[in-house]
Amino acid sequence: MRTFKIGGVHPHDNKQFSAHQPITVCPLPKQAIIPLVQHIGAPAQAVVAVGAKVKVGELLAKAGGFVSANICSPVSGTVTKIDATTDAWGAPMQAIFIDVEGDEWLPEIDRKPEIIRQCTLDPKAIIDKIAAAGIVGLGGACFPTHVKLMPPPGKKAEVLIVNGVECEPYLTCDHQLMLEHGEEIIIGIQILKKALGVNRAIIGIENNKPDAIEHMTKLANASLGIEVMPLKLRYPQGGEKQLIDACIGRQVPSGALPIEVGAVVDNVATIFAIYEAVQKNKPLISRVMTVTGKNLAKPGNYSVRFGTPIEEVIALAGGVPADTGKIIGGGPMMGRAMDHIEGMPANKRLSGLLFMTEAESVRPEEENCIRCGKCVQACPMGLEPYLLSRMAELEMYDELEKHDIMDCIDCGCCVFTCPAHRRLLDGIRPGKAKVGAILRERAAAKK
Amino acid sequence: MKQLIVAPAPHAHSGDSVRRNMLLVILALLPAYVVSVIEFGWGALITAAISICACVLTEWCISRFVLKEQKMTIGDLSAVLTGLLLAFNLPSNLDWWIVIIGAIVAIGVGKMTFGGLGQNPFNPALVGRVFLLISFPAQMTTWPTPQGFGGSYVDAETGATPLYYLKHIVKAGDASVIDQLPSLMDSFLGVMGGSLGEVSALALIIGGLFLICCRVITWHIPVAIIATVACFAACTGLAGALPEGLTTGEYVAYELLSGGLMLGAFFMATDYVTSPMSAWGKIIFGIGIGFIVMVIRTWGNYPEGMSFAILIMNACVPLLNKIRPQRFGEPKKA
Repeated sequence: MRTFKIGGVHPHDNKQFSAHQPITVCPLPKQAIIPLVQHIGAPAQAVVAVGAKVKVGELLAKAGGFVSANICSPVSGTVTKIDATTDAWGAPMQAIFIDVEGDEWLPEIDRKPEIIRQCTLDPKAIIDKIAAAGIVGLGGACFPTHVKLMPPPGKKAEVLIVNGVECEPYLTCDHQLMLEHGEEIIIGIQILKKALGVNRAIIGIENNKPDAIEHMTKLANASLGIEVMPLKLRYPQGGEKQLIDACIGRQVPSGALPIEVGAVVDNVATIFAIYEAVQKNKPLISRVMTVTGKNLAKPGNYSVRFGTPIEEVIALAGGVPADTGKIIGGGPMMGRAMDHIEGMPANKRLSGLLFMTEAESVRPEEENCIRCGKCVQACPMGLEPYLLSRMAELEMYDELEKHDIMDCIDCGCCVFTCPAHRRLLDGIRPGKAKVGAILRERAAAKK
Repeated sequence: MKQLIVAPAPHAHSGDSVRRNMLLVILALLPAYVVSVIEFGWGALITAAISICACVLTEWCISRFVLKEQKMTIGDLSAVLTGLLLAFNLPSNLDWWIVIIGAIVAIGVGKMTFGGLGQNPFNPALVGRVFLLISFPAQMTTWPTPQGFGGSYVDAETGATPLYYLKHIVKAGDASVIDQLPSLMDSFLGVMGGSLGEVSALALIIGGLFLICCRVITWHIPVAIIATVACFAACTGLAGALPEGLTTGEYVAYELLSGGLMLGAFFMATDYVTSPMSAWGKIIFGIGIGFIVMVIRTWGNYPEGMSFAILIMNACVPLLNKIRPQRFGEPKKA
């Protein structure tokens, strides 16, 4: 069975809590808070004014640049304010506040349950629809999808790689989506293949989801040019570069994009959103989130409209468990621990909520580095985390650049594996940010 | 609602710890230690006990009274392991006070002067051993012959080790002592004279494989050392340096099974702190050790050179750490 070639770790997958829980639709909130930044790139620009009446699917904010994404209204009601608020990590963010009134959708959105298989649009029209719907990568990076579908001149996509890996422990939303909406995902893949002009697609799924592998294989066999590739369980297989290596054995060079090796990668949830946008005219207004944790009463997979305060989702899952120490937005390897949950809305970025007990939340004390080299063995990018973290502490930015700090993908394998519990990334992350800033300055000076 | 804990990702850990690694190495040494106790009896028990106690006590005293540390590092078991490894490298009938001096040098000079665990450039147990070898050459090179609990601890019957005879055979071309060598099977099982823990190649290999299976160490260093020694010995044999009565195959086997080779390859050279980080660094490190040990065994004054070889290569580690691991997306090296 295939996997990526360098590094990687085996965290306990802990998916048993929410695996196979059917997707439950979360009720509409009274007030929706819609952040203007739910993607990588420039913030979206609000196109509605305070007092405006909006319907579900109506454009609220348009992409604020080439790398940016539209934001469509997930609810119907009245815009009450467009104001700054703080996100779950204490940073300021602009958001549109809507008082929800009923659930009135734009008439062109097809809300019937029938699956629509035919797609007669040309590639340009498909990409336009994806851009209009505000679709971003739902696997975690939130990169605007339409940008990926327009390769730079001279580059040609050869293969579409579909990310059904879900290598983050605890998360099960993609797994459940494949089981419940596999057919729509297959249609979405065919649409994407057409948009990219490729005739081959590979769905990568880790072997801890045998039912998803079986289900998707059956569906793929009935379709043309799609194969399912079972992958050996290993983190971070869902990382774009690792997944391409695992599926087609090509390694994207340092600093390059997947298109360099002829690949385009999209997550299954993103592809489901593409199906809905292209075939049903439904913009990206909701997503499936995994709400889970050892002591949570009703862990499960919830379909949540963006803007819904996460407290309402948590209430649906049985409320915050008594001994919660950490609440993590996303999974335990790359997710971010939240400072507070009050007034925090669900959004495109939020793939899950994980409640960790107090005992699980405390980081053990750091010990001396014993130079065991386990971080070097674990690093999927072939870097030397022990060295990078030390250089970052000493602010040796030239050396950091020479030692390829910009290749770090933030996966956390080094910290996960360190027997001395060293917090290597606490140094590497700011070091990488600083080197990135230096590189940008240098590029600007050249111009 | 109460205050939430905020910390950067990742929020999960493998559960591995320094203590766990040290404990696994100690466990892996047990088969060889059992063989040692069977062969050398009380000597093996007493020497190891003194060495371990002296190492732990030295570390405790230095952190408590010299460095005035708040947090003691005794609990990570690294001093226990150093003590055990030092004992493995000593003759089982060594006077108790020499053992203590070795332990004080190992921990005091070899480890704590550099700042404790993780900071020392040289393997502490070998620093202690080589200090004793140079200071007490007579006591350090008279090894008791295996007598179990029947023999007495101090006045045990002593004899030369196979390496002594091997050197004589190869250097002087003297075939008359060939029948003094133990049988290959005895060398493999460890029924022969030698330092406390190094005699049984079989038990050491079992322990070493256990460490590789538990992912405590990787295969690179032991395989590189053993392969280099085997190649070197084979070349010596094929070059016609062996007298009649000893075939090249036998010679290679004796070199591999004698002295501190297996102990060094699996347990001493693989010490985390004093070995390189990258896979290629480890391989070159191992080749260097294998080469130096054979040079010393063949042409040097000492019959055995494993300790020197490892210490010399320890000094090269900062240089070997300049070798980068294979980066993702980088064209393949070599």
